[in-house]
Amino acid sequence: MFRRRALVAGLVVILLLLLVVVQVARLQIKNHQHFTTLSLDNRVRLEPLAPTRGLIYDVNGILLAANEPSFTLTITPSKVRDMAGLIEVFSGLIRIDEADIKRFERLRRQGSPYQAVPLRLHLTEEEIARVALEGHRFPSVDIRADLLRTYPLGTHTAHVLGYVGRIDEEELKRIDVANYRGTDFIGKNGLEKFYEEVLHGRAGHRQVEVNAKGRVMRTLQSQQPVPGRDLRLHLDIRLQQDAAAALGGRRGAVVALDPRTGGVLALVSNPGFDPNPFVEGIGTREYAALRDDIDAPLFDRALRGQYPPGSTIKPFVALAGLEAGVITASKAKYCGGAYQLPNHSHRFRDWRRGGHGRVDLEKAIVESCDVYFYDLAHHLGIERMHDFLTEFHFGRGTGIDLAGERGGLLPSRDWKRRVRNQAWFPGETLIVGIGQGAFLATPLQLAAATAALANGGRYIEPRVAMAIDDGLGPPLPISAPARDLGLDPGHLEDMIQAMIQVVESPRGTARRIRTSAYRIAGKTGTAQVFTVGQKETYNEKQVAERKRDHALFVAFAPVDKPRIALAVLVENGGHGGAVAAPIGRAVMDSYLLGKRPSADLGTNGEAGEEDGD
Amino acid sequence: MAIETGGIGLGQGPLMESPSLAHRLHLDLPLIFALLILSGYGLLVLFSAIDQDPGRLEAQLLRLGLAFGVMIAVAQVPPRIWWRLAVPLYVAGVLMLVAVLAVGEIGKGAQRWLDLGLLRFQPSELLKLAVPLMLAWFLALRPLPPGGWRTLGAGVLTALPAVLIARQPDLGTALLVGSAGALVLFLAGLSWRIVGLLIAMAAALAPLLWSQMLDYQKNRVLTLFDPESDPLGTGYHIIQSKIAIGSGGLYGKGWGQGTQSHLEFLPERTTDFIFAVLGEEMGFFGILGLLGIYLFIILRGLYIASRVRDSFGRLLAGGLTLVFFVYLFVNTGMVAGLLPVVGVPLPLVSHGGTAMVTIMAGFGLIMSVYTHKGPSGR
Repeated sequence: MFRRRALVAGLVVILLLLLVVVQVARLQIKNHQHFTTLSLDNRVRLEPLAPTRGLIYDVNGILLAANEPSFTLTITPSKVRDMAGLIEVFSGLIRIDEADIKRFERLRRQGSPYQAVPLRLHLTEEEIARVALEGHRFPSVDIRADLLRTYPLGTHTAHVLGYVGRIDEEELKRIDVANYRGTDFIGKNGLEKFYEEVLHGRAGHRQVEVNAKGRVMRTLQSQQPVPGRDLRLHLDIRLQQDAAAALGGRRGAVVALDPRTGGVLALVSNPGFDPNPFVEGIGTREYAALRDDIDAPLFDRALRGQYPPGSTIKPFVALAGLEAGVITASKAKYCGGAYQLPNHSHRFRDWRRGGHGRVDLEKAIVESCDVYFYDLAHHLGIERMHDFLTEFHFGRGTGIDLAGERGGLLPSRDWKRRVRNQAWFPGETLIVGIGQGAFLATPLQLAAATAALANGGRYIEPRVAMAIDDGLGPPLPISAPARDLGLDPGHLEDMIQAMIQVVESPRGTARRIRTSAYRIAGKTGTAQVFTVGQKETYNEKQVAERKRDHALFVAFAPVDKPRIALAVLVENGGHGGAVAAPIGRAVMDSYLLGKRPSADLGTNGEAGEEDGD
Repeated sequence: MAIETGGIGLGQGPLMESPSLAHRLHLDLPLIFALLILSGYGLLVLFSAIDQDPGRLEAQLLRLGLAFGVMIAVAQVPPRIWWRLAVPLYVAGVLMLVAVLAVGEIGKGAQRWLDLGLLRFQPSELLKLAVPLMLAWFLALRPLPPGGWRTLGAGVLTALPAVLIARQPDLGTALLVGSAGALVLFLAGLSWRIVGLLIAMAAALAPLLWSQMLDYQKNRVLTLFDPESDPLGTGYHIIQSKIAIGSGGLYGKGWGQGTQSHLEFLPERTTDFIFAVLGEEMGFFGILGLLGIYLFIILRGLYIASRVRDSFGRLLAGGLTLVFFVYLFVNTGMVAGLLPVVGVPLPLVSHGGTAMVTIMAGFGLIMSVYTHKGPSGR
C-alpha cells in the first residue's frame, strides 16, 4: 500500500518537474530571441551627445556669443507617480517659484514623458549640493550640466546675432530630429538662425548600459559629436557700440558696410534689448513689456524697418537719368518752387518755397532740389526708374546673411495693378522720383546701394559673417556675390562729385559735417511721414513728435579710397542734414580716425530752412 | 531559529547490526552526497547573485554548516524519541502561532515573529516539521489506511496550523504546512475517492478562497496570467524573471555575466528569484543539472521511506521528502511564470538560513527513521 503510494508520488514529482522543464524550455529555447531583445532593451540605452554650439567673434576676435556652463534640475515624468508631491519635496530644498512650475508644465506637455524636463534653471553650487544629498531617493530627478548660450555684449548685438531659444513645435517639423536629439536650443533669428547649420554641428551618440534604476554603468560604444563651427564676423563691435552711442537715445538705425567686401561693419537698431533672457524663455510679463513698448525695441529697424528713402534716393534716380540719356550733368532746369504736369492742376511743391532757380545736376543734388527730380522722373518714366533701381536691390532685399530681412517696396505699374488693382497715375512717378509715396527701403538697402556707388558700380551683397572656422584647418571665407552694374564711369564720377559737394559746398545740405581729416561723399534725406494738404503750410512744431519727418543720411568715405559706406536713419528725427548726417560723421570718425563719439550730436531737428532736405 | 526543540542530545540509537559505517553514524551517504553537491551548486549560483561578496558567502557557508550540523544531530536521535515529541512539539507550535496572532492584532500588518526576548523565533518554521510528525504519529496509532473519522481528525490537525499561518498572513508557509499534512495523509492511503473529492472541493472552493484573499495576493494570481497588465507593480517580478531565464538560452550568459541579475532588473535575486539567476547565467543545461540533483534527492527520500518498516517512520520520511518537492515546485514554478508569486525559497540555494535549517532538520529526521533499527514507535 505505502509503496504504491510512494510510487505514485514519485511519478507525480517527475511529471511536475517535467512541466517546469517544459516551461523553462519555452522561455530559453523557443522564445530565447524575444527575451534576449527584451534584456537588451532593459539594459542598453542610446544617449544622444549634443554638439557644442559654435562661438561668434567680431572682426577683432572679441567674443560675441559664448557658451556658459549652467546646471539644471530635471525630472523625467515617466518615472514619477506623484508629480505634485515630488515638486513639493524639492520646493522644500531649493527655491522653485510659480514661473518655474508654469514653464515645467508647458515643456512637459510638449515633450515625451521619457524625456527629462527642466524644472529649475541656474542652480547655485549650494543648491546642487542640497539636491545631490536628497536626489538619490528620486530616480526621476537629475542635475544636468548644460552649456547655455550667452551674449556678453547683450543689447549691442541683439539685432545682429539674434538669439537661440528652445526648439518649438514648428521648428521640430523642419529640423532633422536625429541631429537635434539632446539639443534644446535653436537659432531663432539674426545670425543665429541664418547660420544655424554651421553653428549647431552634428550630434553624436553613445550606447550605455544602465541598471534598473537607470544609472549608467558603462559605455558600450560611442560616436563623438562634431562641434559646431565658429563664426568670425566683419562686424566691428567697437564701431557697433560707437554707432549706438552716436544714435544716443533716438529711435533709428545705422548700417555701416565695407564697400570693398560688402562686410557689415556695424548694424545698429535703437533701442535694443537684452537677448539673454530669451535663451531660456523670457517670462510672459517681461516679454509683453518689450512687445508693447511704444519704441518697439524688439523691432530690427536696420533690417526690417521700411521707410520712404526720401532724398537719399536722388543720386540713384539721377544716375538712372544719366544712364538713360534723359539728362546730362551740365544741362540745367529751372526751379520756381513747384512743378506741374501738363494738363494737371496739382502743384508738386519743392521743399524750398521760393525755388532754387537755375539748377544743374550738381546743384540739384547739393541743394536737394525736388523740382529737378520731378521733371527728371517725369521724363524717365516709372518703368525705367523701377528697372534701374531694382539693380541696386531696391524693392527686393540685399541678400544679407541675416534671417528676416525685408525687401522694402519699389512701386511700379505692375505692382499697383497687382496689389492695389488700380491704374498708375503720372503724378506718382514724380513722387517716387524724390523717394516718397509708396516707395519704401530699409536702412540696410540704402547702405548697400551707397556702397555700390563707392565701389565703382559693383553691387556686393552684404555679409555679416566673414569666415567659418572649424578649428582644424584655415578658416573658410564666406563669399559675397557681387555684380557689376555696368555704369558709365563718367556718370558715376559726376554723381560722386555732386555728393562730395553735399558735404563740402557752403550750400550743401550736409555742410556742417565737413572735415579736413578725410573727404566724405553723402546725401541727406528727410522723409515725410505726414502728408501735407495742398493749401496748408507745413509747420514742424505743430506736428506731433511721432508724425515728424524721418531724418536720413547716406555717405561713404574717404572719397578716393572708400573704406566705409553707411546709412543713418533717425525716426521722426526731422532734417537729415541736421540730425542724421552728424551721426554718420561720428560713425565715420570712429572707424576712420578711431575717435569715440562725443555725448551730444546734432540738434535734434531744430533746423532752419537752409538746412534743407 | 527554527529548531527550538530543546534538548537534542547526541543520544546513541540501539545498534542491532551495523551494515556500514555510515549507517552506524545514522547517515545515508547517497543523500548526504547529493545534498552536498546541491549545496555546492547553490553556493556557486549565490556567489554570483551576491556580486561575489565574500562576506555574504561566508555567512551562507556558516549557515550551511549549521544546517548540516543540525541534520546530523537530528539523525542521531532515535525515532522513538521523535515519536514521543510529536504531540508536545505540535501543541507548543500551535500555541505559539496563536500567541503570534494575538501580538499581531496589537501591532500592525504581517506578524510572523515571536519575540522571545533574546531571540526572535518564527513558529511557522517549527510547524513545517511538527505537522508531518504529528500526522505520522496520529495515523500510525492504528493500522492503515485510516478510516473516515481518523481522516477527518488528520484533516483538522493539518488545517488548524495552516489556517493560523495563512492569517499572519504568510501564504507560502501555510501552503507548505498544509501540503505536509495532506501529503502524509495521502501516503497513509487516503482513499482515492476522498483524494478526488478533495480536488473537486478545492476547485469548487476556489472562488470562496479568492474572496478571502487579500488584494496583494489576488494581484499576484492575476498578474500570473497577464504580467503585462501591471508592468511596474506585481507583474514586474514575473516579467523580469522571465526575461532573465529566457535570455539565458541553452548555455546561459556565463557565470557572473547575467545583465538582468547584476544590473538589478531582477528583484529578490539572492532569495526567492535565485532560480532566474541560474537560468540567465547557466542556461537551460544549468537548470537541467540542478533539477536533476533535486530529483535524485527526492527519489532517494521516497526510496528510503519505502524501505522503513514501521508506519510512523515511513509516513514521516515520505511526507518530509514530498514537502521538499513542494518547496522546489512552488519556487521554480513561480520564477518560471507557472505559478503565482508566493514567498517560498529555493531549498538549499536561496540566501537565508531559517528555511535551510528546517529543511536539513527534515533530512535529519529521514535519516533517523532510516538508520535506527527496531520499531520506531512503542
